[in-house]
Amino acid sequence: MEMLYLLLRQTMFFSIPLLIVALGGMFSERSGVTNIALEGIMVMGGFAGIYFINQLQSGMSGQLLLLLAIVIAVAGGVIFSLLHGYASINLKADQVISGTALNMFAPAFVIYLARMIQPSGIANVSFKNTFLISKVPVLGDIPVIGDIFFKNTYITTFVGFFILIVSAVVLYKTRFGMRLRACGEHPQAADSVGINVYKMRYIGVMISGALAGLGGLVLTIPISTEFKGAVNGYGFLALAVLIFGQWKPMRILWASLFFGFMQTISAAYSAIPFLLNLNIPSEFFKMTPYIATLIVLAFSSKSSKAPKAVGQPYDQGAR
Amino acid sequence: MDYIIEMLNIRKEFPGIVANDDITLQIRKTEIHALLGENGAGKSTLMSVLFGLYKPEAGSIKLRGKEVNISDPKTASRLGIGMVHQHFKLVEDFTVLENITLGAETVKNGFLKMDEARKKVMALSNRYKLYIDPDAKVSSITVGMQQRVEILKMLYRDNEILIFDEPTAVLTPQEIDELMGIMRELSKEGKSLIFITHKLEEIKKVADRVTVLRRGKGIGTYNVKDVTKEFLSEMMVGRKVQFTVDKKDIPPKEVIFEVKNLSMKTKGTTRNALNNISFKVRKNEIVCIAGIDGNGQSELVYALTGLKHFDEGHILVNGEDWTKKSIRYRNSHGMSHIPEDRHKYGLVLEYSMAYNLILQSYFMERFQKYSFLKKKNIYSYSDSLIGKFDIRSGQGSQTVTRSMSGGNQQKVILAREIDKNPSIMIAVQPARGLDVGATEFIHKQLVAQRDAGKGVLLISLELEEVMNLSDRILVIYEGELVGELDPKKVTIQELGLYMAGAKRDEVKA
Repeated sequence: MEMLYLLLRQTMFFSIPLLIVALGGMFSERSGVTNIALEGIMVMGGFAGIYFINQLQSGMSGQLLLLLAIVIAVAGGVIFSLLHGYASINLKADQVISGTALNMFAPAFVIYLARMIQPSGIANVSFKNTFLISKVPVLGDIPVIGDIFFKNTYITTFVGFFILIVSAVVLYKTRFGMRLRACGEHPQAADSVGINVYKMRYIGVMISGALAGLGGLVLTIPISTEFKGAVNGYGFLALAVLIFGQWKPMRILWASLFFGFMQTISAAYSAIPFLLNLNIPSEFFKMTPYIATLIVLAFSSKSSKAPKAVGQPYDQGAR
Repeated sequence: MDYIIEMLNIRKEFPGIVANDDITLQIRKTEIHALLGENGAGKSTLMSVLFGLYKPEAGSIKLRGKEVNISDPKTASRLGIGMVHQHFKLVEDFTVLENITLGAETVKNGFLKMDEARKKVMALSNRYKLYIDPDAKVSSITVGMQQRVEILKMLYRDNEILIFDEPTAVLTPQEIDELMGIMRELSKEGKSLIFITHKLEEIKKVADRVTVLRRGKGIGTYNVKDVTKEFLSEMMVGRKVQFTVDKKDIPPKEVIFEVKNLSMKTKGTTRNALNNISFKVRKNEIVCIAGIDGNGQSELVYALTGLKHFDEGHILVNGEDWTKKSIRYRNSHGMSHIPEDRHKYGLVLEYSMAYNLILQSYFMERFQKYSFLKKKNIYSYSDSLIGKFDIRSGQGSQTVTRSMSGGNQQKVILAREIDKNPSIMIAVQPARGLDVGATEFIHKQLVAQRDAGKGVLLISLELEEVMNLSDRILVIYEGELVGELDPKKVTIQELGLYMAGAKRDEVKA
């Protein structure tokens, strides 16, 4: 039983950042801007947040520091995403190219920066993990659920679920969400009823920047003690989650749990006697998340319901 | 007389062209005012000025006698001006209600609160007899219904001045009648309507007054009751226009083109795009395929011309099986194709006219040797066609096709396709987007082809074109042929019933 809980908790560590980043991508794409720069934004947000912790951890620790770091990571992501917004909304650049440029820029820039500003001159930014919550009072005592969600957990898990609920409500139940979706489906229609398409798209991109930045931090904290200037393809995995989730919040949750579980198997198979006893070379387990991505996307992209105007720069003049 | 809105001495210039030259348009309260003009006469520009999309160089706009400054569509909307665009501005993935309220949502603490909006929409829907289903997705309702959603969008915003931009272009005859009824109802209830069109019939049917534009100038405003259709068309074009094409009675001869049991599947659905289509075209005959847009016409043309693979059936030309022939074979062995979208399939817009004229024959010995093009031959060939078809352009054969007018672009295609001396000519919407003069020319050429012993297959959405040109009408509905009609015997109303799928016969090839 303890083994199962461990697996599920581990799944959470992988799924939550995927969930957060994919939801970010959802806001951008629902507004009509393809955002393959999620990877790069995660790197920037992760770096900003971790470096903040690195600097302040001598005087602070625990949940307050983590919450502050979240704010910093979000800010870093937003600022970096503005570059993508400016290129794809104002300059009407090809959004895939703009995103690719940012993805190439971010890791290099972060390593450069780390070497410049750290007295040690090394590229990795290390931090002390003082954020684990060994047991949430009261809730942790609930059988099963308590064991999965409220023991040995991080506050970021709850942040992730909170973001999910808020995202679903915002997207479907608010005026803003309805207008955002209209901009991604038929920007001319939105424009004709007085909605500022450029503004809505900027907001969409900035939300994606905020959540991807946060995702970079959330990903790093539970599984490492240093930030190495990369997020190992998680941004792209989040894109896969977004597509598999059909740009819908609840489906994105299931998709991220699925991919998170795959990731867990690849990372923790050696702790599972059953899998270890199969005597399969470790490379195969390492491959599972990526193979699963390929297979799932090959089957689900056929019935893909992407926002209709995603990827098309909106030009008010062209009618 | 009280005017609700006046556009006085409007002048709007674009680089190199005066789109609106001193135009005055005055709309009375509760009237239906038609704005008549050919393509490029300046109707859209004028309405864009009224809607705040363009800023005029001169002139003023008065609302109820007071001068107003309309700087953007939002202002226009606030002043009570609404527009049904020719291409609907609806979000397909949204429901009818969501589309109507988009941009003017009712909210409580930032959350959508649709109940009030729903009540208002339903009240309006009943009052104007629009009968919409507020919860249906827009992608699942008919074009006619979508138009009603657009109308409701204006009513929901309490607009008083309603602009209809070519609203009948996408409708069946029955839907057009219903729309006319709705328009009358709206004017009775106190709305003022501007009705942009180039169809004289409709003006006679529904409008109170009409303002005619020609080449950016206002020609005059008339009471519809006092003028004839002929007079209006003369005002619009600037000369007398022949409405019907002279067509001698020629008995059709042997079959030249035959389609047998052609079916094409649609990807991802069980419904076929084309279902068991069979027909024949004979020499000296114009066969017309009539139908509402999107009922399989494009797929049929793609299948016949080889642009798309089909699943079942056969195509025969002069008795020879062409089912598996390549596009080049079809092009060079007697099939001509005037495509629906001349920019996509007819021309390479960045090429000169000469190169567009040899698009299908550049590989022939006449135009190349060892795969080097023979420029001299190409240009002399092009010059001869320019003379023959009276193609007008800035720099003759060297003119970049993009810079030519739509009518002359179409002439380039027509020249190329006719000069091939085809057995079968497939013309898809050949007069689409052309003015009356160019249309007349194209129609005459098609009839000349028929008289010269070719078979002509005309695919058209324009009922007048169908009735005027064809010797035989086939009606297509949801990918099937549902009627074979004689244009001399059938009425437009009856044709409309077939097109809407309300009536069908067995069609035998």
